[in-house]
Amino acid sequence: MEFGPHLMLAALEGAVIASILVLTAMGLSIVFGVMRVVNVAHGEFFMLGAVLAWYVSTMLGGHPAVGFAAALVIAPLVVGLIAAVSDQLILKRINYDPDRTIVGTIGMLFIIQQTTLMTFGPEARPVEAPFNQRLALPWFEFGEGGLQMIWPWGLSITSYKLFVIFAALAVLVALWLFLTRTKIGLIMRATQQDSEMAKAFGVPVGTVYSCVFGLGAALAALGAVLVVPIQQAHYLMGADPLLMAFTVVIIGGLGSLPGTVIAAFLIGMSDGIISVFFSPTLAQIIATFLVAMILVFRPQGLMGKAET
Amino acid sequence: MTVARKINALHFGILLFLLACFFILPAYHVGALSRIMVLAIYAIGLNILFGYTGLLSLGHAMFFAAGMYGLGLSIKFLGVSVIPAFGIGIISAALLSLLVGLLALRTVGVSFMIVTLMFAQTIYLVVLYFGEYTRGDEGFVLQQAERMLLGFDVTTEAGRYFVAFAAFSICLIGFAALVQSSLGKRLVAIRENEERARMLGYDVWRYKLLAVIVSGTVSGVAGALYALLFGYVGATFASVQYSILPLLWVLLGGAGTTIGPLIGVAFMFYLIDASSAYTSAYMLIAGLALVILTMFAPRGIAGILRTKVSPWLP
Repeated sequence: MEFGPHLMLAALEGAVIASILVLTAMGLSIVFGVMRVVNVAHGEFFMLGAVLAWYVSTMLGGHPAVGFAAALVIAPLVVGLIAAVSDQLILKRINYDPDRTIVGTIGMLFIIQQTTLMTFGPEARPVEAPFNQRLALPWFEFGEGGLQMIWPWGLSITSYKLFVIFAALAVLVALWLFLTRTKIGLIMRATQQDSEMAKAFGVPVGTVYSCVFGLGAALAALGAVLVVPIQQAHYLMGADPLLMAFTVVIIGGLGSLPGTVIAAFLIGMSDGIISVFFSPTLAQIIATFLVAMILVFRPQGLMGKAET
Repeated sequence: MTVARKINALHFGILLFLLACFFILPAYHVGALSRIMVLAIYAIGLNILFGYTGLLSLGHAMFFAAGMYGLGLSIKFLGVSVIPAFGIGIISAALLSLLVGLLALRTVGVSFMIVTLMFAQTIYLVVLYFGEYTRGDEGFVLQQAERMLLGFDVTTEAGRYFVAFAAFSICLIGFAALVQSSLGKRLVAIRENEERARMLGYDVWRYKLLAVIVSGTVSGVAGALYALLFGYVGATFASVQYSILPLLWVLLGGAGTTIGPLIGVAFMFYLIDASSAYTSAYMLIAGLALVILTMFAPRGIAGILRTKVSPWLP
């Protein structure tokens, strides 16, 4: 394959990574934005989503599309509920103290991960994609007869990956409408801006926090259900999305939702492209180090406001 | 007895007890105790920064690994003997902590935790990337012949125990002296109220940097010692898990106490030891312990002792 088509293939892979990443990172960003806590167990909610997708699709049987559609609804709901309950049980009792929340969510990370190991087992299990046609893509280049369209061999994407990209976009739009057009969204934004004042106006801040924590986890689970036909479900799969989502949220600016979307797109795309052309470990080293340096020299991120 | 005497008596009592354990306990527990003492040095390292200065690092595994690989790689590839290799290990950890301190201390709070986590992850990935030399996750073994300390064999049970005991004694006594010194009090002042410490005229940033360096170097000593005594160097010790474990030990034993690290490591070691008989998912116990601790006993075992029994605990 020529360089051009190769780059386009890498960009498409990057777009798929970015789509999953944007959902996971949004969850982390909303939780940080409203509750001002860092949820280290976020990657495990992602993993739980993937594992539940496997359980649902295996139990239902029949056509893969039936199980997948059911998983798309059930997994985020169940994971969101688990998160909301653990918020009530643990985070609420430690008053969302930032340091203790980190320690507490590290504990939750191990509990969720190891419980999955004990029940789901150490194997990686696949979930069948609901549809998986290969779509060949055209490429344009200047030949003897001017601009012509060719179909390079190997330049293709599966219909499922295309679906992932559009599904993520749809969820983002829905989330945006939810936050800006509904009463609950308004209450959440009010709590984000000033939780004391919101409480004074009769907003049940505790309930809002649980909902936000659940919503954040549900978004991660949704991303995981979408990714599981491409990547198998495994009890250790939460670590990478967690670090990537952290990276995105930091670069986008802690708590800034538009920043998160832009950063997810940038990082997902560059991750897809870099790992096609370079060693993935080297790419990860450079990315991790750069993120740390951004946090050191520009703590507010790309879009965040400087904190006083 | 004056407070200072009580404190000294407590520390010497603990050291005497550890010494006696070698002669009383069966071989299995003697082996376990040498490991516990080395890991307790690591926990002391984190405690200086987290417990006394109030800076929570989630990336201390990088300092442990710096000591470990500094010693391991220099023995393996430079062919130096144990003492200079140990020196190289400590210097690597000290330099790394200086560098990390200079960069990470520009941030505060949650950002500091994430920056240290990210730096540690970078180091971990670097170890994996140079797998040709470090042998990555698989790690490499230091041969018995390469681990002679001044003609003294540290691969025997007794040799291992006494080297670990000597190192732990030095670290515990040095650590106790540090926290009772005026420097230690300044660090606590920064932990309690950074603004006020600054207003009183202390150069807060300099003390924080010093705390990072001392803490990182002590963790490096533990790493080098671990490689020397147990003869194994592997990337697992640079992973996130080994940044979380010392935090767990310190929290369990009691952050900001001198005896907390040892208590925490010993307690956790035997808890996991007991539970691994029932399940392979022993990290579940660690998770439960973290959640329960942070909810009900954020001060740890020594912290409870301090509030309930003996308020003089250092």
